[in-house]
Amino acid sequence: MSASNDSSSGFVQVKYNDEIVRMFTLATIIWAAVAFLVGVIIAAQMAVWQLNFNTSWLTFGRLRPLHTNAALFAFAGNAIFAGIYHSTQRLLKTRLCSDVLGKLHFWGWQFIIVLAAITLPLGLSQGKEYAELEWPIDIAVVLIWVVFAINFFGTLLKRNEKHMYVSIWFYIATIVTVALLYIVNAISLPISFFKSYIVFAGIQDALVQWWYGHNAVAFFLTTPFLGLMYYYMPKAANRPVFSYRLSVVHFWSLIFLYIWAGPHHLLNTALPEWLQTLGIVFSVMLWAPSWGGAVNGILTLRGSWNLLRTDPIIKFLVAAITFYAMATFEGPLLSVKAVNSLGHYTDWIVGHVHLGTLGWNGFLTFGIIYFIVPRLWKTELYSKKLANIHFWIGILGILFYYISMLAAGITQGLMWRAIDANGNLVYPDFVETVIRIVPLFFSRAIGGVLFLAGFVLLLYNVYKTIKQAPKDLADETVQVKGASFAVSHSERGHRKLEGMAATFTILALIAILAGSVIEVVPTLSISKYVKTENKVEPFTPLELAGRDIYIKEGCYTCHSQMIRTIHSEELRYGAASTIEESMYDRPFQWGSKRTGPDLARLGKKYPDLWHYMHMENPRAVIKESIMPAYPWLISSKIDFENLGKTISLFKKLGVPYSDKDLSDAKTSAKTQALGIAARLKDQGVKEEMSDKKITALIAYLQALGQKGAQ
Amino acid sequence: MTILYVIIPIAIFLVSFFVWIFLWAVRNEQFDDLETPAHKILIDDWNDRLKEAKI
Repeated sequence: MSASNDSSSGFVQVKYNDEIVRMFTLATIIWAAVAFLVGVIIAAQMAVWQLNFNTSWLTFGRLRPLHTNAALFAFAGNAIFAGIYHSTQRLLKTRLCSDVLGKLHFWGWQFIIVLAAITLPLGLSQGKEYAELEWPIDIAVVLIWVVFAINFFGTLLKRNEKHMYVSIWFYIATIVTVALLYIVNAISLPISFFKSYIVFAGIQDALVQWWYGHNAVAFFLTTPFLGLMYYYMPKAANRPVFSYRLSVVHFWSLIFLYIWAGPHHLLNTALPEWLQTLGIVFSVMLWAPSWGGAVNGILTLRGSWNLLRTDPIIKFLVAAITFYAMATFEGPLLSVKAVNSLGHYTDWIVGHVHLGTLGWNGFLTFGIIYFIVPRLWKTELYSKKLANIHFWIGILGILFYYISMLAAGITQGLMWRAIDANGNLVYPDFVETVIRIVPLFFSRAIGGVLFLAGFVLLLYNVYKTIKQAPKDLADETVQVKGASFAVSHSERGHRKLEGMAATFTILALIAILAGSVIEVVPTLSISKYVKTENKVEPFTPLELAGRDIYIKEGCYTCHSQMIRTIHSEELRYGAASTIEESMYDRPFQWGSKRTGPDLARLGKKYPDLWHYMHMENPRAVIKESIMPAYPWLISSKIDFENLGKTISLFKKLGVPYSDKDLSDAKTSAKTQALGIAARLKDQGVKEEMSDKKITALIAYLQALGQKGAQ
Repeated sequence: MTILYVIIPIAIFLVSFFVWIFLWAVRNEQFDDLETPAHKILIDDWNDRLKEAKI
């Protein structure tokens, strides 16, 4: 089809499919613009709360999942696909297995992104970080991923080069692991087309979520990009990688260690101590392969350091690897329990993540774009100078961003834990610790704007480059000996070599499964950790309706529900959270960031009216609050109809609801709502609130920490 | 900590498996050449078979 055989000499003409690479490259650039822009918007919302515009779909809680999903799946995703399709064909000296599957992969993925961009601002969310997409989209993601996998492994099978370069191994690990992680973390049961609940509850969900969440970083933002690094860094510098031997060690040690590190997202929580320690130990061990890989990448430039002065592509790539080294130094550091007690739930973590995404993924992708666009469009880059300016503006943006967040995180972390000579909190008002760091939210937003401005230069540069491209973009062609590994060896050798692809896949899978089993198996026996004498009441139907609103509005993006086993934390919020308290929570809501205070013991702390006023306008009760207002909760109605379905589903999953609870779900919810509405009326709210969302949310907030087992 | 009864056998099995794979790979000359792969990717129209042909 694409390769014409010259049987006498055994030479084949291999024509690479560059069209698919061009498509994914353009998609990367377009979605990057969206991801960065939404990032700048939500960064600005942190600095200026008015920018939430009192509008549901423009509020931080809904846009933040849009930003993270766009950055992860749309920007990084398309970049990975572009880079993998481009480099794999060249490394294996063969055309992509199927052009049709490639197109299906491309359009399917873009369709998923569009669906995400519509549903997330509408609040259709599973409430699990980096996995917010509702179940029909989850299924689409898995299907398209399988299409990608088939196309990739098909290409691997028909390769004309027996040796699989290290990049290929990184791609294999990525494809296999992401599929596994994504599927397990998305196992949920729907109650309608737009709403589902995860099957894991409480601590099980926490473990599965961060097993996934951490490995989203590991196998979506790290391994595929390392594969790209090992290809594009040598290609751009036109020098072999510093040590191929080291790259092999890097690969195996990295995939073996990474999968075990998830629990470091749950340090000082109700998670059993030994699991926390397991997470810490493996996180600290990750220092070695991460730095080995980073050094290997950077030293590829040995002997041609002058390129750093002259070539913007090299600048981007080297800076990216440097940011990788910085982020992977900081990661294990933050996984040390003592450091984590200071950094967790603060902006330090946000800074850490952006060091990786903006610096490592962003800059590596920009370097690759500047490298492949002129090659794919058969022309020269329009302006090297603009690329250089992009580099410096981008660097400045990242530094502004990171330093602001580091300072904000450490400042706030220290304020949270400050205790005076009498043993009391120095800053008992949470909002005091917030207003102290608001100036840093401004400088962070400036960092975001700079990063985006640099990117606009790339956009313009690529546009001009493509405009000057010739009309006829023929696929790149090379002449190689056909199926070399298949014809040049004995039958035994043939089988051996063909088996290699499969062997590497199985090996990678086993390494990954080992870690997975160790982390997921304990969730099966977790009942051991739940003290049966501590009875926990499940939420009432109305409280569940309120919980759905809490998830829909993305409250978990700024509020945790986990009082850690840290003295200052117990002083501020009450006794440390227990496993039992969240044992029926689907999804768990321990959170990962506190822009506002922890809510695990919020119930009964304030009167209903306080919550009503607070949701209508947070400034009415806390003058300096930066929380968005939620006026639509006061005007829109509770969905009583689906409550029966929710209760029925939870009952099936083992939550102790009686048959009566199920049959009376609607009436009991209405009765409880009438009670709250009556209290609100007594306290001065004029309109009838018994059928409004605010009432359900108040019911839920007042129930937090009030169900026993503390 | 009954879970250890599951985890430790899995860990032992895993380590043995890796040792076995490693020995298999060494015996099958998988790690004999850790130099040329780094250079090969820099040459666009070169694969192993071609090298033999040119020799």
